[in-house]
Amino acid sequence: MSFKTAKGRVIGLGSAKEGAHHWFGERLKAVALIPLTIAFIAIIAPLIGADHTTVTTALQSPLKAIALILFFVVTFKHLEEGLQVVIEDYVHSKGRVLVLIVLNKLFCWAFGLAAIFAIAKIAFAG
Amino acid sequence: MANANGGKRPLSPHLTIYRPQMSSVSSIINRITGVALTLGFVLIIWWLLAVTTGGHYFDDVNGFLSSWLGGLIMIGSLWALCYHLLGGIRHLIWDMGYGFDLKVADRMGWAVIIGSFILTLIVLLSAGVFS
Repeated sequence: MSFKTAKGRVIGLGSAKEGAHHWFGERLKAVALIPLTIAFIAIIAPLIGADHTTVTTALQSPLKAIALILFFVVTFKHLEEGLQVVIEDYVHSKGRVLVLIVLNKLFCWAFGLAAIFAIAKIAFAG
Repeated sequence: MANANGGKRPLSPHLTIYRPQMSSVSSIINRITGVALTLGFVLIIWWLLAVTTGGHYFDDVNGFLSSWLGGLIMIGSLWALCYHLLGGIRHLIWDMGYGFDLKVADRMGWAVIIGSFILTLIVLLSAGVFS
C-alpha cells in the first residue's frame, strides 16, 4: 500500500508535458512555409529546363540562395513530422512503425542536407 | 491498435461507412499531396545536384524534367504544392478555431480545390511554360 496521495501519484504523468509545445512547433513551421513556398516556386519554376548559365546565375543571388536554404530547412522538418504522423496513423505494428520512423528521419536529413549542399555550392562556386 | 477492442467494445462508424464530404475529401487530399510531394522534392534535389555537376549530366537531368514524363511529374508536383499550400492555410484557420460552420467549411474546400488549379496555371504562365 502506498502512502502517496492520489494527486502525488499522477503528477508528472499524462500526455500534457510536451504536447502543446510540439503542436505549436508544427504550426509555426507551417506558417513559415507560406511565404517560403511562394519564394521557392517563384525562384525555381522559371529555371527548370533553362540552360546551365541561366540557372547558376539566378541561384548565385544571395537572397535567392538564402530563401531556398530556409525553405528546404523548414520543408524537410515539416515533411519529417508529416510523414511520421502518416506512418503512425496507417502502420499498425509497433516494430514496423519504429523502423519506418528511423528511415523517415534518415531520408529527410539526407535529402535536406543534399539540397542545402547543392544550393550552397552553386551560390559559392557556380 | 487495430485489435484494441477485441470484438467487445463498441466502435464508432468506420471511414468506409461515411458518405464522402467536402471537408473529409479535401482534407485527405491535403495529406496525399503532402506525401506525394516527397517525390517532387527528390527530383528537384536531383536537379540541384546536377546543376553543381554541370556538363552533360545537367543536360540529361534538365532534359528529363522538361520531357513529357518529367514535365508531367513537375506540373503535378506544382499543383500538389499549390493544393498543400492552400489546404494548409485552411487547416491553420481551423487550428485557430475559425471556419467550422458547415457552409464556410464547404466554401473553403471549394476555394482550395479551384484555387490550386488557378495558382498552378498562373505559375505555369508566368514561368513561360506555354510560350
